[in-house]
Amino acid sequence: MSEVPSDLKYTRAHEWLRLEDDSVVTIGITDHAQAQLGDLVFVEVPETGSSLGAGDAAAVVESVKAASDVYAPVAGEVVGANEQLDESPELVNNDPFGEGWIYKLRVENPAALDELMSAADYEAFAESEED
Amino acid sequence: MPFIPHTETDVRSMLDAIGVEDIDGLFDEIAGGLRAGELEGVPEGMPEMAVNRLMERRAAQEGRPLCFLGAGAYPHHIPQAIWQLTTRGEFYSAYTPYQAEASQGTLQVTYEFQSMMAELTGMEVSNASLYDGGSALAEAILMAVRGNRKAKSKRVIVPRAVHPHYRDATRTIVRNQGIELVEADFDRSTGTTPLEQLDSALGDEPAAAVVIPQPNFFGRLEDVDALTDRAHECGAQVIAVANPTALALLSPPGQWGGKGVDIVVGEGQPLGIPLSAGGPYVGFLCTRKNLARQMPGRVVGRTVDADGNTGYVMTLRAREQDIRRSKATSNICTNQGLMVTAATLYMSIMGPEGFERVARHCHANARALRDELCAIDGVSAAFDGPFFHEFVLRIDGRPVTDVLGDLAGENILGGLALEPYYDNLGDAMLVCATELHGEDERRAFAEALARAVA
Repeated sequence: MSEVPSDLKYTRAHEWLRLEDDSVVTIGITDHAQAQLGDLVFVEVPETGSSLGAGDAAAVVESVKAASDVYAPVAGEVVGANEQLDESPELVNNDPFGEGWIYKLRVENPAALDELMSAADYEAFAESEED
Repeated sequence: MPFIPHTETDVRSMLDAIGVEDIDGLFDEIAGGLRAGELEGVPEGMPEMAVNRLMERRAAQEGRPLCFLGAGAYPHHIPQAIWQLTTRGEFYSAYTPYQAEASQGTLQVTYEFQSMMAELTGMEVSNASLYDGGSALAEAILMAVRGNRKAKSKRVIVPRAVHPHYRDATRTIVRNQGIELVEADFDRSTGTTPLEQLDSALGDEPAAAVVIPQPNFFGRLEDVDALTDRAHECGAQVIAVANPTALALLSPPGQWGGKGVDIVVGEGQPLGIPLSAGGPYVGFLCTRKNLARQMPGRVVGRTVDADGNTGYVMTLRAREQDIRRSKATSNICTNQGLMVTAATLYMSIMGPEGFERVARHCHANARALRDELCAIDGVSAAFDGPFFHEFVLRIDGRPVTDVLGDLAGENILGGLALEPYYDNLGDAMLVCATELHGEDERRAFAEALARAVA
């Protein structure tokens, strides 16, 4: 089983969220997701300043075999994007929970974060999906 | 394997397996009222020999007229070698094959096509081709609007001097996507798009892109440097619509103005593809590297395999419709493979020098023709200024359609009447000359036109 850090929140679309302060979260895709996609060749990050609704397509991760959307798990405003991915999309493969982060979101309603999965829930979910 | 794989026995056993009486039974789902029934007006089949005789009679009726009709499709000399090679079994496919990498030769041809088109237009990337020039313009507009993430504008300025059919095709393709096409008028005396018209079309609102034709529909050369710079100052991307033959002489769109244009599209028919009643033709689209991921269609790249051998691969496919479904960059999932092969062979057989000579002959013949025709009483040039292989004539005293009708009676296609496309140009017609129109052809035209306007 791939790595699933216990201090993060997770979604069914295989994104992780790290709470940076009261309302800002950093978002990326999980180790499991990057392994499924294969080598990434391009990451399209969202524009800083744009506002996203829950479930909106925020970024695109493109591997040699597919291009997939990364969705906003909760509503908010984009307050930062990982510009390094422009030159080095492989950071997502090499360090999905660290240097491979994709964007930062100022969350409209922090209570919405409580709905997301814990590490243990996500691990069980990812396993059940594989069956 | 037989050419028709389903024998009556095959069909019977398949119907029996699913428990259906006959073929019609497969369509029971469709209500009777919705079925077409017998097709009316479709004649009985004919034996091959009778078809040959019929076609020969029809071809004789058509004749072999002397053609001075351009307007987007141009008669050029096509060396025999081009179609001799293009129709070889190894190349003879309309599409890129589904198992693309198994057909290295086909991919290499596409790669060469892309390299030549990028060089001709002065751009960094070319796709593997689109259907035709008109749909290529629509794709370029969709691409510019997609790429315009900052301003998020959906306004695109399209001069009226762009081919009317391209504007129609574009409107049809983009109108349901919330894109607003704003016209910029041309100057009545020069037939080109002045900066003031671009400014008034731009207004104070942001625009995603400005389209610049070169030469424009009237054959006139636009002030592309000034128009490109103005569009860029306003934050709009620039889409060039260019004639590939003209690019053998004119500065490539990649060098227009201070920064060069962002996307170049056009019709590839002049590159060794016969007029053949309007198609199939081939569209091209070139752009800058940083816009490559917004580009519609496919791209072939060159790489090395595990042993270091050169190989060709389909690349940037992850955004196509068969993979990304409704989120694909466009609904283009293929290219005009056969036409690309012909165009590539044409450019390689001509070479840069030969291609430039073709363009020079076109230009010289068109200039000579314009002078010879304008020497006739009642015939004058509608616009002043430089042009490439096409120009507008004004006829005094007789309706243009009557004049063209008389010429057709003498087996000459004299040009295109502009009245159906432009309401205020009066009795005007668009006339084209290429390397095919030497002294004899031009004299025949001038003599017939003199009789027609007398």
